[in-house]
Amino acid sequence: MPGEIITVQHLNCRYNSVEVLSDISFAVQSGDYVGFVGPNGSGKTTLVKAILRLIRQESGTVSLFGKGLGQFTEWFRIGYLPQKLSFLNPNFPATVKEVISLGLFAKKKFPKRLEKSDRILIDEAMNLMDITDIRDALIGELSGGQQQRVLVARAIVNGPELLILDEPTTAFDPEAREQFYHTLQNLNRNRQVTIILVTHDSATIGKYASKLLYLDKKVIFFGSFDAFCTSEHMTSYFGEFAQHLICHRHD
Amino acid sequence: MDMLGALQYEFIRRAIIAGSFIALVCSLLGVLLVLRRYSLIGDGLAHVTFGSVALGLFLKQHPLSVAIPVVMVSSLGILKLTQKAKIYGDAAIGIVSSLGIALGVLIASLSGGFNIDLFSFLFGNILSITDIEVYTSIGLSVAVLFMIIFFYNEHLSATFDEEFARVSGIDTERINTLLVLLTGITVVLTMKVVGIMLTSSLLILPAVTALQFAQGFKGTMVISSCVAVVSVITGISLSLLLNIPTGATIVLMNFIFFACAFLYRHISQKGLH
Repeated sequence: MPGEIITVQHLNCRYNSVEVLSDISFAVQSGDYVGFVGPNGSGKTTLVKAILRLIRQESGTVSLFGKGLGQFTEWFRIGYLPQKLSFLNPNFPATVKEVISLGLFAKKKFPKRLEKSDRILIDEAMNLMDITDIRDALIGELSGGQQQRVLVARAIVNGPELLILDEPTTAFDPEAREQFYHTLQNLNRNRQVTIILVTHDSATIGKYASKLLYLDKKVIFFGSFDAFCTSEHMTSYFGEFAQHLICHRHD
Repeated sequence: MDMLGALQYEFIRRAIIAGSFIALVCSLLGVLLVLRRYSLIGDGLAHVTFGSVALGLFLKQHPLSVAIPVVMVSSLGILKLTQKAKIYGDAAIGIVSSLGIALGVLIASLSGGFNIDLFSFLFGNILSITDIEVYTSIGLSVAVLFMIIFFYNEHLSATFDEEFARVSGIDTERINTLLVLLTGITVVLTMKVVGIMLTSSLLILPAVTALQFAQGFKGTMVISSCVAVVSVITGISLSLLLNIPTGATIVLMNFIFFACAFLYRHISQKGLH
C-alpha cells in the first residue's frame, strides 16, 4: 500500500525455544509517530531488531517502504538508535564528529568517503542535538546523556524518512527528556519523519506519539493514545486504576 | 657499526624496508583488532603459522607459499567458529591455535625432528630476508594497506557499533571476513620480522601505545603506524649496534614506547586533576 512505511504480518520470533513474539501484525504509515510500549521482556527490542533484519524471524513477513526485507537495500532511508549504550567501549578513540559521520555512510557508494557538504549535515545534526561544543571530544569521555545525544545525532544526520529509537532517553534527566521529545515532535511534524520510539514510559510518549503499540509478546493494543485511554479492552487488561494513572498523566 | 655506515649493506636496507612495510600494516590492523577485543587472534594464527611452516618444510616448498593459504583458511575457521558455532572468540582462537601447534609438532616429528629453519621462523630473522621475500612482503603489505584504506569507514563503523553498521547497509560479515583474512596474511609476513613467538607484539603494542594518547580514530591509526615503523627501524639499528637479536629488540622498542606513552597518560591525567 502506498504510504505504508512498515508492514508486519503474522511475525513470530523465538530465542532458542522461547517464543518472544507471537503473531505480530500492524502497519506504520508515512508520518506516523508510534510509541512501542510494554513491560520488560515484552519483545519491544526484538520487534525492532526483526524489523531491521538484525535477528532472524521464525515466520511471518516484514516489509520496509513496500519491499520485503530480503529485497530492501535503501538503508539510508532509516535512522536507528540501538537500545543500550553498554556496547560502547569507554576507550574507543572516536571523536563526536567521527561518530556522527558514521550515519552518513549508508547513502554512499564504495569507496565511502566524506565530502565537504557532509560537514554541513554533521554540523546541523550537532546543532539539533545541542552538542556542538563537544564536537572534538572523545565519545568515551562523555556523560551517558551526552553519549545518547551523539548517537541520536548519528541516527538523524542522514535525514532519514524513518527514525527508530530504542529507549533513547534512559540517560537523560527529566528536563532533557522533555526537550528531546519536543525535538522529535518537530522532526515528525516539520520534516515528516516517521518515528518509532521504544519506551517504558507509556504516559509521556502518549503526549507526543500519534499511535501506541502496546506489546506483551503479542500486540495487546495498536491505535491512537485517545483510543488507548477509552478502550474497554485496555481497562480490563490493565485495570481501571492503572489505565487512569497513565491517561491522567497524559492530561 | 654506525647506522649510516650500516645502510651501505643491502641486507640491512632490505630488512628496514620490508620491516617497515610489515610494521605499518600490523599497526593499522592492530588498532582494529584491539578495539574489537580480538588482540590474541595474532597469537593464535602465529601458532597456525608454525604448523604450516613445518608443513612447507616437510613438503619441500617455500614456507610462505604454504603458510599464507593455510593461515588464511584458519583465520576464517576462527571467524566461523565464533559466528556460527557460537563459541567465544578467545576459545575459538585457542582451538585453532592449539591445533596448529599440534600439527606442527607432528609434522616436524615425521620429518625427522626440528631443524634450524623451523627455529629461525620461531624467533624471526629479518636480517636474513631474501629479495623474493622482500618483494612478497612489500606487495602483500601494499595490498593489505589498500584494503584497509578503501574500507576505512566500513571498518570504523563495524568496529564502533556492528549493529548500527548493519542497519547502515554495511555488509559487516564481509568486513569481518576481510579483517581476519588480512590479519592472516599479515601474521605470516610478521614471522620473518619478529618470529612466530612474538608476532602478536607487533599487532598489539603499537595500537595500545597509540590508544594512550586519546586521539580520534584517524589520529590513533597515524600514531600507531609511526610507533610501529620507528620501533622497527630503531630495533634493527640497536640490534646491530649491540649485537643482540633483532626480533626481540624490535619488540622491546615497542614496549619502551608503550611504557613511555602509558606514563605520559597517567602523569598528564594527574596534572589535570
